[in-house]
Amino acid sequence: MSEYKVQFEVFEGPLDLLLYLIKKEEVDIYSVNLTKLATQFIEYIEIMREFDLEIAGEFLVMASTLMYIKSRELLPVDQQTQIEEEDEGEDPRWELIRQLVEYKKFKDAAAKLQELEARQAEVYPRLPITPVFEREPMLLKSEVTIFHLLNAVNTVLKRFEQRDNPREIYEDKWSVSEKIEQIINLMVLRPLVRFSELFTDATSRGEVVCTFLALLELIRLKQLLCVQPEDFGEIEIKKREPSVAAESEVVPAIGEKATSAPTESGSDSAPATS
Amino acid sequence: MELKFIIEAILFSAQKPLTPAELRDVLVKAAAEEAADATVKALKKIKEADLIVTLETLAQEHEAAARSYRLVCVADAWQFVTQPEFSPWLKTLVGVKARPPRLSPAALETLAIVAYRQPMTRADIEQIRGVSVDGTMQTLLERGLVEQSGRAEVIGRPALYRTTSGFLEYLGLKGLEDLPAADELRRIPIEKPDAPLTADPGLATVAPEELKLEEKPVDSAPTEEANQ
Repeated sequence: MSEYKVQFEVFEGPLDLLLYLIKKEEVDIYSVNLTKLATQFIEYIEIMREFDLEIAGEFLVMASTLMYIKSRELLPVDQQTQIEEEDEGEDPRWELIRQLVEYKKFKDAAAKLQELEARQAEVYPRLPITPVFEREPMLLKSEVTIFHLLNAVNTVLKRFEQRDNPREIYEDKWSVSEKIEQIINLMVLRPLVRFSELFTDATSRGEVVCTFLALLELIRLKQLLCVQPEDFGEIEIKKREPSVAAESEVVPAIGEKATSAPTESGSDSAPATS
Repeated sequence: MELKFIIEAILFSAQKPLTPAELRDVLVKAAAEEAADATVKALKKIKEADLIVTLETLAQEHEAAARSYRLVCVADAWQFVTQPEFSPWLKTLVGVKARPPRLSPAALETLAIVAYRQPMTRADIEQIRGVSVDGTMQTLLERGLVEQSGRAEVIGRPALYRTTSGFLEYLGLKGLEDLPAADELRRIPIEKPDAPLTADPGLATVAPEELKLEEKPVDSAPTEEANQ
């Protein structure tokens, strides 16, 4: 008895159960004894009830169909009602068998799909990674030349030209070495700084020039790298990764030299970088 | 240089399965870019139909060579895949394949019905399976194996469903015509009722004890059959 219960959980519906019963009888669907099938089907429903399983509505509908078929056939042949077939449509027996045959086909097809599913799980496609070609020229294109930098600093300086009409002469607060330190400190905090950011706090033309010289100096020392990701886009400043370790020794030495440079001379001093 | 080897090279390096149309695009583009090379240029006006023939030849050659991999067409796109028997090592190499859990028998049955008879309404599917398919259809829709494809022109305009290209990919099928036993199951088969009904030899004589056994259900049965 308990074996039934286990099997019940496997049936996908009343048609599945009927197919199972037919298979157990080892007969062809077309030649199955529907009366016997009805009896067995209802036995199963009884078992389901005994085990307090919830019986899906579909099972009850099927049971009633089977009982109807069975009840018709219990009558002697000469008393069976053949007349209504035209109004009622198909013979219920035929209808049921047709349904079973069709369901069986798809159940078999489902088994085939399952094979395909399992097979496909074992198949591995060739998924190559993107072939990498040497793209050095592309990288160089985005690197910035001294002319790009000069153009950039000139636009920054224009800001001060407009403002500086009442000229005042004051002490230069900034030296190039101080600015170098400032930029280095900034680059420690952030991996990438935009060109304009270096000048946002600048208060005078002199300070802009100072900062710019400091930047050039750092580029010359291969500490920093300027790149322009898009044409006419903003120039970005990065640390140059494979840089020489001698940073601490070189910077002060350069700083001294740079402070002596005339800070007011502006962009003229830029070509000093090699 | 033979076309089949050119195609082979392209597919060998392709990042994804390529359709004949995509392959043709590559050949046409290459012809435009490398105008100097006569071989490349010659393929400028290649037809998709020719490509398909070549692809099939190539696939057959690979099959005949019985290598560890083969050229397959899945959902109209061609790619190289390994033979299934090598999966133990590939599993280790690639790690567990990102593949959703296997489908339940109910889901597979429902999927089979949609696949062979599409487009279909939910009610039609239920008619064949004899049970409600709400849950399984939901699963199939969520997994992208089945999709809605308009509405049936009948009362209530119920939604129609069909399988997706994801379905073909999931099962490794070239197209719907590649489904097993497609011609038998696809055509709507109205089996002719053979005149002699199949029921039972000597039915009226069935043992009386069976009668007794089933007395209760017999009473209620006839009223409910009407909807069948």
